[in-house]
Amino acid sequence: MLAHLPILQVVIPLMAAPLCWFLNRSKLVWIFALLVCSATFINSVLLLIEVMNSGTIIYELGGWEAPWGIEYRIDKLNAFLLLIISSIGTVVMFAANTSIQKELSEDRHTLFYSLYLLSLTGMYGIVATGDAFNVFVFLEISSLSAYALIALGKDRRALWAAFQYLIMGTIGATFILIGIGMLYQMTGTLNMSDLAIRLVDVGHTRTVFAAFAFLIVGICLKLALFPLHLWLPNAYAYAPSIVTAFLAATSTKVAVYLLIRFTFTVFGISFSFTSLPLQDILMVLGLVGVFVASITAIYQQNVKHILAYSSIAQVGYMIIGYSINTSTGVMATLLHLFNHALMKSALFLALGAVMYRIGSVQLSQFQGLGRQMPLTMSAIVIGGLSLIGVPLTVGFVSKWYLLIASVEAGMWPVAVLILLGSLLAIVYIWRIVEMAYFKPPLPGRDTVKEAPWTFLGPIWALVIANIYFGIDTRLSVQIAQAASQSLFGINP
Amino acid sequence: MVIAIAIVRMTDLLAVVMLTGIYGLVSASFFVVLDAVDVAFTEASVGAGISGLLMLAAITITGRKEAPKRHKPLISLFVVFVTGGMLIYGTMDMPYFGAVDAPVHQHVAPRYIEQSMEEVGIPNIVTSVLGSYRAFDTLGEVAVIFTAGIGVMSLLSLPRRRKKPQTDDATEEQMHERHMVVRIVSKALIPFILLFALYVQFHGDFGPGGGFQAGVIFAAAIILYTMLFGLDTAQKVFNPSVIQLLAAVGLLLYASVGVVSMLNGANFLDYNVLADDALTGQHIGILVIELGVGITVASVMLSIFFNFDARRQALQNNNKQKGEQDVSRTL
Repeated sequence: MLAHLPILQVVIPLMAAPLCWFLNRSKLVWIFALLVCSATFINSVLLLIEVMNSGTIIYELGGWEAPWGIEYRIDKLNAFLLLIISSIGTVVMFAANTSIQKELSEDRHTLFYSLYLLSLTGMYGIVATGDAFNVFVFLEISSLSAYALIALGKDRRALWAAFQYLIMGTIGATFILIGIGMLYQMTGTLNMSDLAIRLVDVGHTRTVFAAFAFLIVGICLKLALFPLHLWLPNAYAYAPSIVTAFLAATSTKVAVYLLIRFTFTVFGISFSFTSLPLQDILMVLGLVGVFVASITAIYQQNVKHILAYSSIAQVGYMIIGYSINTSTGVMATLLHLFNHALMKSALFLALGAVMYRIGSVQLSQFQGLGRQMPLTMSAIVIGGLSLIGVPLTVGFVSKWYLLIASVEAGMWPVAVLILLGSLLAIVYIWRIVEMAYFKPPLPGRDTVKEAPWTFLGPIWALVIANIYFGIDTRLSVQIAQAASQSLFGINP
Repeated sequence: MVIAIAIVRMTDLLAVVMLTGIYGLVSASFFVVLDAVDVAFTEASVGAGISGLLMLAAITITGRKEAPKRHKPLISLFVVFVTGGMLIYGTMDMPYFGAVDAPVHQHVAPRYIEQSMEEVGIPNIVTSVLGSYRAFDTLGEVAVIFTAGIGVMSLLSLPRRRKKPQTDDATEEQMHERHMVVRIVSKALIPFILLFALYVQFHGDFGPGGGFQAGVIFAAAIILYTMLFGLDTAQKVFNPSVIQLLAAVGLLLYASVGVVSMLNGANFLDYNVLADDALTGQHIGILVIELGVGITVASVMLSIFFNFDARRQALQNNNKQKGEQDVSRTL
């Protein structure tokens, strides 16, 4: 069975999604989905151990060897990503049953779990595969299910948000497809490592440049990099809380992975960073993104909007680390992928708990919640501190490495700007804290109780992970370092 | 191209749908010119056939006229021009159309052409690439269709309050009477369409065809029936919840082929181990997965259409009730 780990990662949720329909009782389906998520989580842990010990795993689908068939190629980078996605997917799933009981009508529960598993399948598939066209296929699975999941939101605006996302996402996917098509035309292959070899000869042609441009723009749309972020805030704000927690922590991460995979593995560093000013463009966009999104976040009235804009800002940080283009910079990006997934899922889940109790996440409704829901609110505070980057939280670790990377590369202004950006985060987190702790409860709200344990369990598991990986950084740093070094090692 | 511009300029949605159908047909013939018979087949059945039907169903809900718009989308125009410019820029270094030494024909393709007969044992190379060499992509595509089906269902499905739908049988009858000729002609045609779908389904190994096209054709026949004879009559034969389950069954069938080969000690979707002889194994594998594809495609298309149609009926009923209420209020 060990040899089949790479494919099991994808096939288990893929087959579980249609199986959900045969169960058709909300609670039963939930337990089933939870088991499936946990199975993929265990699978990804085993994969990571295997990869760290014995190097890259190659799995040939259908028994056809690489350029003819499709292969799965698990190296340190995507094993790490699989672990991030599966752990968040599992933890969030714990709270799903309680949350959707309030937010979705009974007959849509099965659909919800089915879509959730399909979304998971899509992300696993994108990350695990070593074939460029296969990426597109699974991108479609993950995005279609994401649109549908967002549209399930109770608010009617969810439909419009999902539609906006659908348009932008489809444009992004089409761009990626055009890029892949052009690459195929120039090389005659779709396999990533094969592409990397054969692109060297045709790297100077205009078609390859155009393919590169289409791919990067398409991925940046999915990434919600400023200024292509417009779909994100509403999509996150009006989706069901569970969906927000899940997608916010995973989907943009997958896009970051694609960016890294295509620029480093397929096109190679020398093509991506020397023949085009990609690095400078992305650096500027990343920095502008951090500031514009953080400042916008300060003026939002809906807490989900605040955190959504903060997500765009965090994507900015990841892109900064990436475009520093040193081993440390990419490592900081990878660390931030992991850490940001931890903080955002904790924060959005806590918002889900608030939604469960008071039915709204408007900032004005948060008055006095600090005393009424102490555990949920303190989770938000710790998550917020982590977002700012206070020492002893994970946020500090990734910011720290980001600073080191920029200083190492001699980019002092960048380091200063990163610190200034963190100051903005203090402002928008403080607005929530002030409202929750320093204002009396609203009239008629005296009976609001603490969230049920099915919420508190996953939330605090994530919060504790936030602190644990902030203090004991060995595990996450070691993996991220190994992954980024292998990226630079393979393509010197 | 002319048709595409016409579609954009037109505000009458019914005409737009018709033109889209023609567009699909024209591009299908375009694919035939490019020697991609299988793609042409798919385009003809999907682009010209079923998507038109689905759009018609949507129009019956929304009404025929496009809402007039005022704003001038200058930014979008700019983006479109930049994209188009990039595309043209990209084509400048492309190998010439049909050139023998183009990389596409040099690297992976020769093996598909020369050896697929020995390795997979099927004359239609497209099927052996889709069904065996790149079977996992096809599995992904089926999952995409399945996802799309669930997505539509989650958006359109109505809360279950199936009282007896109080449609006036008289008016229904009247409407059907008017389409007498169409009904009789299609009644004669539908069995043949279904038969043709089955032929396409199982003949995919030898000629152009396969599960995708067959599923779409099959669904189109039943949709035609539903449009002419009413939703309730059709659902007597095709129970919607059964069809939803069938969509799941198709996907499961496909994936379980992979699992079976895994249990037999080979990699996922390796058909060689399905039978004693590798070629027979390939044959069985492709047949089963094509069946899975066909089932999922047909049932997803059908359930999408049923959902649309049920929605439309519900709306009509609501309007009628509203009208009655208004009348009683004025009295």
